[in-house]
Amino acid sequence: MEGYKIPIGQSIEALIDLLVDNFSFITKAFSNVTESGITILINIMMFFPPWLLILFFAGLAWFFSKKEGIAAFTLIGLVLIWNMGLWEPTVNTIALVLISTMFAIVIGVPLGIMAALNDIFYKIVMPILDFMQTMPAFVYLIPAIPFFGLGPVAAIFSTVVFSTPPAIRLTCLGIKQVPEELVEAADAFGSTKWQKLFKLQLPIATPTIMAGINQTIMLALSMVVIAAMIGAKGLGGEVWKAIQRLQPGRGFEAGIGIVIVAIILDRIMQRVGGKQE
Amino acid sequence: MHKISIENLYKIFGPHPEKALRLLEQGKTKDEIMQNTKHGVGVANASFYVDEGEIVVIMGLSGSGKSTLVRCINRLIEPTSGKVFVDNEDVTALSEEELRVFRQKHFGMVFQNFALFPHRTVLQNVEYGLEIQQTEPQERKERGMQAIEQVGLKGWEASYPSQLSGGMQQRVGLARALALDADIMLMDEAFSALDPLIRRDMQDELLMLQEEMQKTIVFISHDLDEALRLGDRIILMKDGVIVQEGTAEEILTSPANDYVVRFVEDVDMSKVLTAESVMVKPAEMAYYKTDGPKSALRKMKTAGISSIFVRKDRQLAGMVTAADAAEALKRGDKTLEHVMTENFDSVAPDTPANELFPLLADNNYPLAVVNEKNKLVGIIIKGSLLAGLAERGVS
Ligand SMILES: Nc1ncnc2c1ncn2[C@@H]1O[C@H](COP(=O)(O)OP(=O)(O)OP(=O)(O)O)[C@@H](O)[C@H]1O
Ligand SMILES: [Mg+2]
Repeated sequence: MEGYKIPIGQSIEALIDLLVDNFSFITKAFSNVTESGITILINIMMFFPPWLLILFFAGLAWFFSKKEGIAAFTLIGLVLIWNMGLWEPTVNTIALVLISTMFAIVIGVPLGIMAALNDIFYKIVMPILDFMQTMPAFVYLIPAIPFFGLGPVAAIFSTVVFSTPPAIRLTCLGIKQVPEELVEAADAFGSTKWQKLFKLQLPIATPTIMAGINQTIMLALSMVVIAAMIGAKGLGGEVWKAIQRLQPGRGFEAGIGIVIVAIILDRIMQRVGGKQE
Repeated sequence: MHKISIENLYKIFGPHPEKALRLLEQGKTKDEIMQNTKHGVGVANASFYVDEGEIVVIMGLSGSGKSTLVRCINRLIEPTSGKVFVDNEDVTALSEEELRVFRQKHFGMVFQNFALFPHRTVLQNVEYGLEIQQTEPQERKERGMQAIEQVGLKGWEASYPSQLSGGMQQRVGLARALALDADIMLMDEAFSALDPLIRRDMQDELLMLQEEMQKTIVFISHDLDEALRLGDRIILMKDGVIVQEGTAEEILTSPANDYVVRFVEDVDMSKVLTAESVMVKPAEMAYYKTDGPKSALRKMKTAGISSIFVRKDRQLAGMVTAADAAEALKRGDKTLEHVMTENFDSVAPDTPANELFPLLADNNYPLAVVNEKNKLVGIIIKGSLLAGLAERGVS
């Protein structure tokens, strides 16, 4: 059985080499854009004193959720992070999550719409998503390195790949869930495909799409943490450093920081989606 | 030219309709075809027409193919074979894009299950059809509000469908179709969700609107009362086949087969009901002693009628038509003596209602209901007879 090894690994390496050799201009362009995006976003956030930004985030939480509890948690949580001396890595992490999520939405929502409206595309995409979601997360780190080298861009690339599936899946589900009779009514009045999409299907699918985006954000956060292994800074980087330097206390603090950020993002996003219903 | 005409329309549900079509031609029934081929027969060989300004009611038991037939008219369901013409244009031959534009122009539709958009307010729902035709927002709103008023939902325009009762939602669905100004209305059990009182109101309202709008309406109902009240003609379906087509009188008086008989037997009330129970008070009377042609004519004009009964010494003396009265006026007659005619039918109060149909059918004037002393106790017009029957029919 081991006499002949099917060259799966080799083939993939060959493919990656081919892509790196021939499409590096694309990866370079992506790299430049993303890198400056990250830098600008981080610079903006670091420009303000932490307390101001913390108040801003708490206000944002209040605005989206209309719940004092969530706003208060945001305030206290972020102050705790600041107090632990983790403000800069947290800003870093949030920036990476935001940018990855943006990419994931820009890619995922249109793909989800296409999958919902086109049966053939649906049948092609769904098995790929299943495959992608059963892959262990850090496998996605591997192809990122030859394309983008170590650093935040590679981290964002693998994060986007890892976190896009739920955006696609739930967008598709949300649109498919729009009752047939409503689509029929829209047809009966002579709507175009676009009118149907924007006036009926997307508005009705919004809560489901938001749930997908929420999942995307959560996955992005977990991946950004893992991506510390390939040079992403941020809270994950702090954990990673702590492991290497055997500082369990420091690592634990960074872990708490991650949990706080996760809870804040989750609660806010849940409200954004739920509000529509 | 008919507004809508449908020729040999078939709809078979399933992947290989040809096989089922062949079996249908061999005279197999819907159930047999279902058993042998697993294909559902929605509509089989339906042909009928609807004229401009006419209300045709399609009736039949649940599953008889009413919705399928109506959906084939605007091709929400693609017919398996057969043709649909609207204004002599072959709807079945339109491309997808042509069909879309055609629907905008010609069809308003009210759905059995409302199919309101839950994320839109009542007004936004009603405006939908205009919105996709890119009507100006101002005009859109005006027409939307007008339609909302027509269905009696003024004040609710900012509510969402989920905040309304079933009957109100149904009316929003109606308003959504009315706002469009399409020349054809397809109404699938449009009033089924309404309670009896509001239902009667909406039927009256529809008839009133129809007076001024003169739309072409295809109305589905499984309620005979409603069909009798609304329909200029009625089409009865069973297992996808049209079993009888005709006016309410034709269907009531000469049912084509047992199915129709069973359908209308609830309304065999017409044998039980008498002239007395379906007559109405005359809108206006003329008095031989005091009224001349001029005042008789004025009475007819104000009441909006074209003939008037004349009373003399507490008895029914005759009838004057508007045309004759006008003639007499020109001649300078001072009394009704020379224009009064006895050329009308009168019946006793206990005449069975089914004997009234033939009398009404070949008579443009109302029937007079007179008692044994020859006193006029009421009159019967076509509408009041059908309404009377419908009111007492069983739903
Ligand atoms: N999409 C479909 N696929 C398969 N069969 C269908 C479909 N739609 C309708 N049918 C079948 O076609 C037949 C006619 O259905 P239709 O909905 O036209 O009945 P209907 O007269 O409108 O009944 P109801 O009064 O209950 O609304 C039924 O036997 C139904 O099972
Ligand atoms: Mg139906």
